[in-house]
Amino acid sequence: MLKIKNLKASIEDKEILKGINLEINPGEVHAIMGPNGSGKSTLASVIAGKEEYTMTGGEILFEGEDLAELDPEERAHKGVFLSFQYPVEIPGVSVTNFMKASLNAHRKAQGLGDMPAKDLLKMIRDKSEALEIDRKFLSRSLNQGFSGGEKKRNEIFQMAMLNPKLAILDETDSGLDIDALKVVANGVNNLRSENNAVLLITHYQRLLDYIVPDFVHVIVDGKIVKSGNKELAYELEERGYDWVKPEKTV
Amino acid sequence: MAYTEDDLKKELETKEYEYGFYTDLKSETFPIGLNEDIVRAISKKKDEPEWMTNWRLEAFRIWQEMTEPEWANVHYTKPDFQAISYYSAPQTVDPNKTLDDVDPDLLAMYKKLGISVDEQKKMNNVAMDIVVDSVSVATTFKKTLGEKGIIFMSISDAIKEHPELVRKYLGTVVPQKDNFYAALNSAVFSDGSFCYIPKGVKCPMELSTYFRINQANTGQFERTLLVADEGSYVSYLEGCTAPSRDENQLHAAVVELIALDDAEIKYSTVQNWFPGNKEGKGGVYNFVTKRGICEKNAKISWTQVETGSAVTWKYPSCILKGDNSIGEFYSIAVTNNYQQADTGTKMIHLGKNTKSTIISKGISAGKSQNSYRGLVQINSRADNARNFSQCDSLLMGNDCGAHTFPYIEVKNKTAQVEHEATTSKIGEDQIFYCNQRGIDTEKAIALIVNGFSKEVLNNLPMEFAVEAQKLLEISLEGSVG
Repeated sequence: MLKIKNLKASIEDKEILKGINLEINPGEVHAIMGPNGSGKSTLASVIAGKEEYTMTGGEILFEGEDLAELDPEERAHKGVFLSFQYPVEIPGVSVTNFMKASLNAHRKAQGLGDMPAKDLLKMIRDKSEALEIDRKFLSRSLNQGFSGGEKKRNEIFQMAMLNPKLAILDETDSGLDIDALKVVANGVNNLRSENNAVLLITHYQRLLDYIVPDFVHVIVDGKIVKSGNKELAYELEERGYDWVKPEKTV
Repeated sequence: MAYTEDDLKKELETKEYEYGFYTDLKSETFPIGLNEDIVRAISKKKDEPEWMTNWRLEAFRIWQEMTEPEWANVHYTKPDFQAISYYSAPQTVDPNKTLDDVDPDLLAMYKKLGISVDEQKKMNNVAMDIVVDSVSVATTFKKTLGEKGIIFMSISDAIKEHPELVRKYLGTVVPQKDNFYAALNSAVFSDGSFCYIPKGVKCPMELSTYFRINQANTGQFERTLLVADEGSYVSYLEGCTAPSRDENQLHAAVVELIALDDAEIKYSTVQNWFPGNKEGKGGVYNFVTKRGICEKNAKISWTQVETGSAVTWKYPSCILKGDNSIGEFYSIAVTNNYQQADTGTKMIHLGKNTKSTIISKGISAGKSQNSYRGLVQINSRADNARNFSQCDSLLMGNDCGAHTFPYIEVKNKTAQVEHEATTSKIGEDQIFYCNQRGIDTEKAIALIVNGFSKEVLNNLPMEFAVEAQKLLEISLEGSVG
C-alpha cells in the first residue's frame, strides 16, 4: 500500500529525514517511535504533503502512485488521512459543517454527488455515539475551545467518518487521560480491517497496549535505526532510546 | 495634480455662466457641471413641485459652502464635481444589443452566482425575450402591497403622489447640511425609492428594489426614504448580488429610515459595485449616508455585505431617540486587490433603556485597506443605555491592512458599553488542515471566511444569505496563491 524508498526531506534547508525506508501493507499496523526531534512528525507531514517541507530525495508510493505528484487534497482523496498532533481551530465552522464539506469533497473526487443530508446526519450520529461524543459537541466551532482530549477525539471521529485506507496518527495519544486513550484506541481498532492500514507515531509504549502493532520502528536522527515487533516497544520503554543510536557509517 | 477644494471653488465661480441658462431641457443627458440652474433643471425635468425645487436649491447652496471630508482612512483622487453630468434619463432597452455585447468576465460571474439569463439581460439593458414573467411578478406584488395600504414606489412618483408624506419626512434624519455628500445628493438626487408602511401593518414580503422595474440606472445619486408607522414591520433588501459594472465613478446615496413608536425596520444591503481591476484601475467611489431614527420601543437593524467599490465610505447609523428603542448593525466588509473601505456605524443613544449591538467583520486580502470606524454615544438623558460592539478583522496575505477606530462617548453613569476586537489571519495551517481533509484551497478559504462571517450572514434573509456567501467566495477568488 505505502512504499517509502530512501526518503529525504528538509525544512528551510535543514535536512530532517535522511533516508527513510518503510513498507506498509494492507491490514498492518505500524508504530513509529523515537526521541523528540528525530523526524517522526516530519515523516507524517511529508506523506500528507505539507508544503513547508521539501522532498530532496527518494520517493513515496501509495498504491503504486507517486504521492509527490499530488496536492495534499488529492492525497486525501486517495485515502491518506492524518490525525494532527495539533488540530487547528476554524472559528464559526461547526464540526458537522466541516465534516460535510470534507465528506462531500471526497465524494466529488470519486465522481459522486453530495451525500443526502439525512444520510449524513445519521452517519454522524452513529460514528459520534461510537466514540462517546456528545451531540452538542458537533455544533461547536471546529476545535475552538476544545480540550486536548476533545481535539484528539474529534480527529478520530473524522477518521471514522472518512474511513481512510491509510490512517496516520501523529501523537494522537499525547495529552490523553486513560479513558480518552481507550476511546481513541477503540476508534482505531474499529477501523482496522484487511484493507486498511495504520501508522502510529508515538512517544510512549502506553498506546500500544491498546492498539497492538504488527511492527515497531525506531527513528533516530531522520533514519529508521531498528525495526521489530511489539516487544521492541517494551524494550524501548525500559531502556530508553540510547541503545539504538544509529550505527555510524564509515 | 490633485484636485483641491480651491480648484473646485474657482471652477464653480468661473463656470457659472458657461452652462447657465443654456441647459436644454429636452436633451436626455445634461451637460456636465453643477450650478443652481442645473439643480432647477433637474427638478423641472422631474416635474417637481416648488417646495421640492427650493429644498434642492437650499441643499445646493449649503453644499457650495462645504468641503469634502478627509478624515476617512482612504486615499483617492477627488472627483471633479464639475466634470459630471447630473442628469441622465433612465437608459432604455437597446433592441440591437445582445448578451454577446456584454463583458464575458461579467457573464462568467453571473453564471457562478446562478443568475438566470433573463435577469442578466435585464441588468445589462438587453431586450428580454420573455417579458411576461417579470411583469406579472411585479403586478401581483403591487396588488398584495396595495391591499395592505403599503406605498412602495420611486421617490419621484412619491413626491407627486404623496407629497404630504415625503415633505413631512424627507431630510428629517439626514438633513441637507449633514455632510458634503448628503448635501450634494439632496441637491441633485435622480431617483430612488419611497416606502410607507401604515400603522400596525406587517409587510408580508421582503421589499426589494429588484421588483421595481425603473430601479435600474438611478444609482448615482439615489435617495431612499422609508417610513414605518406605529407598530408596523418591514424588511427591506437593497441591491443585488450580481456585479454592476456601472460607468459612474461617483456614487453618493442617502438612505433615511423612520421607525415610529413600536415599529421595526430591517434593512439589508449587498453592495457589489465594480471594485476596479486587479491593478487598482477604475472602480466606483461609494460615499453613502444611511441613517435611521427610532421612536419609542422601535427597532432598526442594518445588515450589510460590502464587497464592491474601489473606495467605500459608509456608516449606517441609528438615532435611538425613543425610550427602549434598539439599534443593530451587522456588517461584513470585504476588500481585495487595491480596494479601500472605511465603514462602520454610529449609535446615538438619546432615550432611556436604549440598546445597541454592533457586529463588524472586516476581511482584507490583496493590497487592500479595510477600516472599521464606529461611534457609540450615550447622552446624559439615556439612563441604562447598553451597547455591545464586536469588531473582528481577518487578514489574507501580508500586503493588506485592517484598522479599527472605535469612538465611545459616554455622558451617563448608568451606561454599559462593551467593546471587543480581534484580528486574525488565515493561516497556512488552517488551509493545510482543510486540504488534508480533502477540501481544496479555494473551498477552504470560503469555508473559513463563511465561518468568520457567520454571525452577520445569519442576519440576512435566507435567499440573500445564500447569494451573499457565493459573493464572498467570488470576491476572494485567487487571493491566496
